[in-house]
Amino acid sequence: MVNLINKYYIYKPQVTTRALKVFNRNFLVFLKHWKSSLMFNFIEPLLYLAALGFGLGVYVEEVEGISYLQYIAPGLVVSSAMWSTSFECTYGSFTRMQLHRIFHAMITTPLSIDEVVTGEIIYGAFKSFLYGTVFLAVVTILGLISSPWVLLTPPLLFIVGIVFAETAMIWTSISPNFDSYAYYFTLIITPMFLFSGVFFPVKNMPFFVQVIAWMTPLFHAVEISRNLAIGQVSVMLFLHFFIILLFAVLLFSFPLILMRRRLIK
Amino acid sequence: MVAVKGKKLTKIYNGIKAVDSIDFEIQQGESFGFLGPNGAGKTTVVKMMYCFSPVTSGELRVLDMEVSKNPSQIKNLLGVVSQDNNLDPELSVEDNLILFASYFNIPRKTAQKRARELLEFMGISEKSDALVENLSGGMKRRLVIARSLINHPRVLVLDEPTTGLDPHARHLVWDQLRYLKEKGLTIILTTHYLEEASVLCDRLVIMDRGKILEEGSPRDLILKHIGKEVIELGLPQETPIDPQELKKRLGDCCHDYRREGNFLYLFTSNGQELLENLPLINIPFSYQLLRPATLEDVFLKLTGRTINGQPD
Repeated sequence: MVNLINKYYIYKPQVTTRALKVFNRNFLVFLKHWKSSLMFNFIEPLLYLAALGFGLGVYVEEVEGISYLQYIAPGLVVSSAMWSTSFECTYGSFTRMQLHRIFHAMITTPLSIDEVVTGEIIYGAFKSFLYGTVFLAVVTILGLISSPWVLLTPPLLFIVGIVFAETAMIWTSISPNFDSYAYYFTLIITPMFLFSGVFFPVKNMPFFVQVIAWMTPLFHAVEISRNLAIGQVSVMLFLHFFIILLFAVLLFSFPLILMRRRLIK
Repeated sequence: MVAVKGKKLTKIYNGIKAVDSIDFEIQQGESFGFLGPNGAGKTTVVKMMYCFSPVTSGELRVLDMEVSKNPSQIKNLLGVVSQDNNLDPELSVEDNLILFASYFNIPRKTAQKRARELLEFMGISEKSDALVENLSGGMKRRLVIARSLINHPRVLVLDEPTTGLDPHARHLVWDQLRYLKEKGLTIILTTHYLEEASVLCDRLVIMDRGKILEEGSPRDLILKHIGKEVIELGLPQETPIDPQELKKRLGDCCHDYRREGNFLYLFTSNGQELLENLPLINIPFSYQLLRPATLEDVFLKLTGRTINGQPD
């Protein structure tokens, strides 16, 4: 046992390009019903945009020099990416793992458990990229984006999507059942959604809220997304991006280790 | 050549010895069975073979490779039919096979051709566009077996291939497995159906509580422990049996006997003669039957209990 624990500290993931086969499997299934799933996913952020932008926006004339609609649109792009990845890597992955037991089937082939989990994470990040980008297109058409720098947002969505996918997969690897996901969304995703600067600047919040915001991937992605949308590019954005990358790298081993513990006995 | 070799193979989880220092050797081209009741450790043994469960101690080599060191290479050469039908319900029958082939890096064209052949072989080609969830239990099982053959495995590992199937579906599966066996494929299976073991296995081990109790061909094991035939006798309530007396009166043609409740089983190699001697023991039997000896009798004798023949 001691031996095993030591191994975890210097965990070396067994991942090759075969992980892409797992992504490919999910992508194939996605192609079967992409129309309906895309539709529903961008209706929700659109509702937020309408309710808050037009509703609250009447009272809030300007935030940091731009209209309230312009202020929240780039944030909603990232948060819609976060929601779609979080749903995918919680309910979606859990269904595949626990109900359909296809992880078990995959690891009887040359695929390793690490590759299966990595493939799921890549697919989660892809969802973030796709749904965020679709919503970005919508707000661009609505005239809420004013800078070509926004073209850098889609790759950002993919990278931050990796982080969202990793945290969701961590929860999935320890989740006993579907019900437990209610806690994940209530305790992690919803607070992150509300306090990461999507709807109001974090810097007006109490200091400890600012500290917590800095520790979430969403906050950094919202900062980058908004600044790209209005073309305010500075060195700060590199710092934000670096922190997101750091999250992605540091978190990577955890879902792999935990999933291995869950499935392999 | 040796397909799988286990030496002092042990698996402990949660403090329980699921597999307790077993030795075995399976030759290529052989059809080998692990027979035992639920919880005997047979599933754990095959899970270690297909590199799913790590070995606690001892040695396990598959196709001359160490399971802990070369899992990917080993899995590349294995076909695995696990206990549950873990098919992909979101895909069609054919796509299940093609996708599975991609995990082995088999090119799509080759995979399509192979999938068609396998669906044909397993007799489910008319279902190739159907969704998996619309298949019957027997068809799902056949699809899982088809899927396990997609990479032309050198060893096919089946964990309770027919548990939960109705007798008709079970016989269909047996037919196909027998065909594969005749074609020279190495087959390793676990089962708690004694009939399945007799039909499919060239050689088998009987497992109970993590240990191997016996090893041999079904025929040899039956002859060694039981003889050719068994006479089943129904005893009147609470009839005492005196072993000395029984032996004296029935003579040498009764090798051994066993009592289970109000049933008496006499083991023999000459059933007719024994039948004629029966009146000598002076018991009014409520029922008597002469039948061929089976693995079930061997199992009963070795473990002192019946194998759990109930589906999970």
